[in-house]
Amino acid sequence: MPDIKSFTMNFGPQHPSAHGVLRLILELEGEVIVRADPHIGLLHRGTEKLAESKPYNQSIGYMDRLDYVSMMSNEHAYVLSIEKLLEIDVPLRAQYIRVMFDEITRVLNHLLWLGAHALDIGAMSVFLYAFREREDLMDCYEAVSGTRMHATYYRPGGVSKDLPLNMPKYEETKWKSKKEVNKLNEAREGTLLDFIEDFTDRFPGCVDEYETLLTDNRIWKQRTVDIGIVTKERAFQLGFTGPMLRGSGVAWDLRKKQPYETYNLLDFDIPVGSNGDCYDRYLVRIEEMRQSNKIIRQCVDWLKNNNGPVISDNNKITPPSRDEVKEDMESLIYHFKLFTEGYCIPKGEVYCAVEHPKGEFGVTLISDGSNKPYRLKMRAPGFPHLAALNEMVNGHMISDVVAIIGTQDIVFGEIDR
Amino acid sequence: MTENLANKISNKNLKNLFEDNFKNYSYVFENKNTVVFNDTEKFISIMTHLKENEKIRFEILIDVIGVDYSDFGLSEWNAKSANNKGYSRGISKDSSGRYTYKTSKTHHNQPKKRFGVIYNLLSISSNERLNVKFYCNNDKNPSLPTVTSVWSSADWYEREAYDLFGIVFIDHPDLRRILTDYGFIGHPLRKDFPLIGNVEVNYDLNKERVVYQPVTIKPRVLIPKVIRGDNEKEAKDA
Repeated sequence: MPDIKSFTMNFGPQHPSAHGVLRLILELEGEVIVRADPHIGLLHRGTEKLAESKPYNQSIGYMDRLDYVSMMSNEHAYVLSIEKLLEIDVPLRAQYIRVMFDEITRVLNHLLWLGAHALDIGAMSVFLYAFREREDLMDCYEAVSGTRMHATYYRPGGVSKDLPLNMPKYEETKWKSKKEVNKLNEAREGTLLDFIEDFTDRFPGCVDEYETLLTDNRIWKQRTVDIGIVTKERAFQLGFTGPMLRGSGVAWDLRKKQPYETYNLLDFDIPVGSNGDCYDRYLVRIEEMRQSNKIIRQCVDWLKNNNGPVISDNNKITPPSRDEVKEDMESLIYHFKLFTEGYCIPKGEVYCAVEHPKGEFGVTLISDGSNKPYRLKMRAPGFPHLAALNEMVNGHMISDVVAIIGTQDIVFGEIDR
Repeated sequence: MTENLANKISNKNLKNLFEDNFKNYSYVFENKNTVVFNDTEKFISIMTHLKENEKIRFEILIDVIGVDYSDFGLSEWNAKSANNKGYSRGISKDSSGRYTYKTSKTHHNQPKKRFGVIYNLLSISSNERLNVKFYCNNDKNPSLPTVTSVWSSADWYEREAYDLFGIVFIDHPDLRRILTDYGFIGHPLRKDFPLIGNVEVNYDLNKERVVYQPVTIKPRVLIPKVIRGDNEKEAKDA
């Protein structure tokens, strides 16, 4: 037998399976990994430093760009922390809208994860299916905020606008015939809520389609079952949250355990895995999509029957309406102060976390009483997950690295910040 | 800033835990979820105890947050008094958004100690959160012992705090920079690090490689930092 010398391999930073800009230094013995050293920070934009130099509301847009596949969930943690320090109330309708969009975001995130994960380990078509549904949900984003991804929709005190009464429609082009356009526009004739309701009717069938492609697929199982096993004890030690923790058999979900907004009024279940391998985490996320769909449906039903304000009427924090600004001196002053200087938040330290699609996304906000955050720290769920990569890939083959990166649902926007 | 709020703990479980198990330590509660321990010598025993006590086991270290308190409560815009030309124009020079590397200030105006580290703990079994805060004794060379032996997840968090604040975690197995560039100089989240940075990269056509050069952009602040409301009286000018 010849001696096999260990050697070092560079994986990334431009590797399609590295999910962005991960540079991974792999020490190999033959094809078996002895040590993996992730080098991160290639997408570091200094969000925390930038936020310190801007009034609170101007940083909401930065939150979208943290985890750029689950935009509104990031905003949510940020506005929650501001609201907690300001001690302002959020109208119930705004809370339902936020919950609905958090869940839409969860579906968006899991669809991208599913498509990319399957693509990484050899199933091409799931990606195309997943993006078909993502398109519809992106249209919901666009309808409420005007943008398909970086919405900047949540505000301290509520959301920026109420839900629109009509959906944007497709137009006939060279590539889309009248017949196709009519079919696409069928669900878009009513309001946004009608469209989302139609989506929730269709979506469980779509998840079934993904499952027929993967769940019992022999190749899929060979690539995921018993790969990257994390026990419950290690998951605690490594700081896992979200599906990564639930995959290891811990029923921990902030939506149930420390409910925020209206989650305590809604009916849904928390899926839990048992082996803590890639396959279990896949099953957990698939079930989460079904549960999210259920929550979205409940929110739609509530929102259809209940009207009301969608943002707090405390004009020191939220802008007064255009009409008031034109007629009322006080409103004009509020408007001017808000857009030139922002609002000051009482001195204090606060931590707010939401159940982000990837785990616990938290914001630690330290205020010294000024109009800018003194210190803003984002707790990105992907950060401890990636830190555990070394432990998870140890003893596996090179090809399993790809499966493990995929199962961690890594997005560098949030890890590098 | 830190008055004794030990009796203000609203949370009964946390109160029991601290009254029974931490009698021999000196601590204060800054707010209902943040406790500050004063002696850093007993650091490891405090942390181990928090993780392994019988009442509330804090199994997960959620986050480690470094803080530089040197600009705390400083207002960039004197809006309290006016002279015959009106109010100040909000252009006071000495603030982190405005200076460059050369003009960066040397004096600090921090409350007591400049650097602090907050350990954000979560107990899954009891559904409790606790922030544990330690201040670093030395402002010039801030350091604390590492908690990697207690929670493995501390590894990267401490590397991050080291990278961004220069806080050294003693006995950390692998204390390298993590988020900044290879060969980066300085600690970007310190308040005396200019917002525009110190260097920028450029492609040099003659040398045919990427080169570092001093930043060419000018620092600017569009909206000055002001302190209003209840905290206005305590505010100091930068």
